[in-house]
Amino acid sequence: MKQGRVLYESTLHHVTEVDGRIQLKDGRLVEEHEVEWLPPVETETIFTLGLNYADHAKELSFTSPLPEPLVFLKGKNTITGHRGTTVRPEDVEFMHYECELAVVIGKSGKNIKNEEALDYVKGYTVANDYAFRDYLENYFRPNLRVKNRDGCTPVGPWFVSKEDIEDPMNLQLRTFVNGEKTQEGSTKDMILGIPELIEYLSSFMTLNDGDMILTGTPKGSVDTKVGDEVMTEVEGVGRLTNTIVSE
Amino acid sequence: MTRVNFKLQGFSQLKEGTLHDDFQKITIDEKQYNVDQLKFDNPITGTLYGTLLNYKGEYEQLKPEMNDKPYQKPPQAPILYIKPINTFSTHHNPIPLPEGEEQVQIGAALGLVVGQTATKVKAEDAYDYIKGYTIVNDVSLPISSYYRPAIKQKARDGFCPIGPWVVNQGEIRDPHNLAIRVSVNGEVKQENYTGNLIRPIPELVSEVTEFMTLYEGDVLLIGVPENQPLAKEGDQVSIEIEQVGRLNNRVVHEDDVFVSEVAVDEAR
Repeated sequence: MKQGRVLYESTLHHVTEVDGRIQLKDGRLVEEHEVEWLPPVETETIFTLGLNYADHAKELSFTSPLPEPLVFLKGKNTITGHRGTTVRPEDVEFMHYECELAVVIGKSGKNIKNEEALDYVKGYTVANDYAFRDYLENYFRPNLRVKNRDGCTPVGPWFVSKEDIEDPMNLQLRTFVNGEKTQEGSTKDMILGIPELIEYLSSFMTLNDGDMILTGTPKGSVDTKVGDEVMTEVEGVGRLTNTIVSE
Repeated sequence: MTRVNFKLQGFSQLKEGTLHDDFQKITIDEKQYNVDQLKFDNPITGTLYGTLLNYKGEYEQLKPEMNDKPYQKPPQAPILYIKPINTFSTHHNPIPLPEGEEQVQIGAALGLVVGQTATKVKAEDAYDYIKGYTIVNDVSLPISSYYRPAIKQKARDGFCPIGPWVVNQGEIRDPHNLAIRVSVNGEVKQENYTGNLIRPIPELVSEVTEFMTLYEGDVLLIGVPENQPLAKEGDQVSIEIEQVGRLNNRVVHEDDVFVSEVAVDEAR
């Protein structure tokens, strides 16, 4: 089932998708553009993988394998919902989207084994993990000024329960900028798949119910300008739209 | 006399109190207690951000390498990191020493507790957004390089004792004039003071909130001074920040943290 959180008539509603429309708990059906979309889940710790697709790593001229998975964390300030806006600062020359499958953790665990890892998954959503390459610095790279800006990580529109996704490691990812396809890949090309990521992270820290793991992006990152509409899509999970605005 | 806010274990509400006698006594609702009689809980509610390389001494130590690989040039904007909630711990709670590790690094930090939503704050207004100050032990496994985020070293369970309390902002006239002292088993291992910053508090708050909002309850560490002491299993660690308090924790093997009543009692 696809579940979302929206504001409708100034009230928070937990909604589901019915034939492309949005059903409120009281049964009313409304259209996608009639509601204000919130992130579909309230998250605790937000993990993000860098360089987790071989083709994207190559695109950024990383040729040798990483000695350790590249993981960074995000704060709540950076999360925004479907059909939101993200600011492109005036001094930036290269701002790109990153279409990612986001995994939502459903129960707390430590030292989780690869083969049991999916028991700890509650479901999935789509994330767009924008980067502002002008601000990259080689200290705790990617530094928070690149990856934790206000509203630079749209998430949604839907949370899709695990049972609805047959094989999360075989989903097409696509990004469209103003309707034109600019990025395409498949979750099967992740360097560390979902079970390996859960095993890795939980080997040294407790994963909690509500944590979210953004699993990385394939190649195809292009610069986006003010006014661009960016749609990131994960097959079977959803299409997440965001518009770039100026300061 | 210092007015503080804090949370006690088992009680859901924040309490106010007044500290006296060198942090030994506290008055709550007009009754006086010995501080060590109380079980303090983590007093913060939001996201905790640390700041790298903000102590002049720490910066100077890395400076000779800053133009070489992998850093290429000195840092331009504040370099931050997040201590996630699995790391949060309390005064007197044991610090887990992971299996296979010999020791942990003690990161003595003054934490700025945010009092209201802070976005693009001007340096001269920074204190309007700070509700108070607390002590944070930013525990870490030793870090050999600052090139990549140090999640595996810094984000371990229990690696961030906080507290015991939050000192109201107005109680401290000059937060850049506080001595910081770390003792291990009663012996002073590190001394520094909060004036030794590359970016003083107003500039730090301003430059951080230029790109990210801090919300009420979030905490921003002003940095960790150089030459961080190490602590091994069984060591009793105390971080003292002048006018703010003392945060005490014992390092315990990770297998013993849930059942370390003995360790906790000894820590008192």
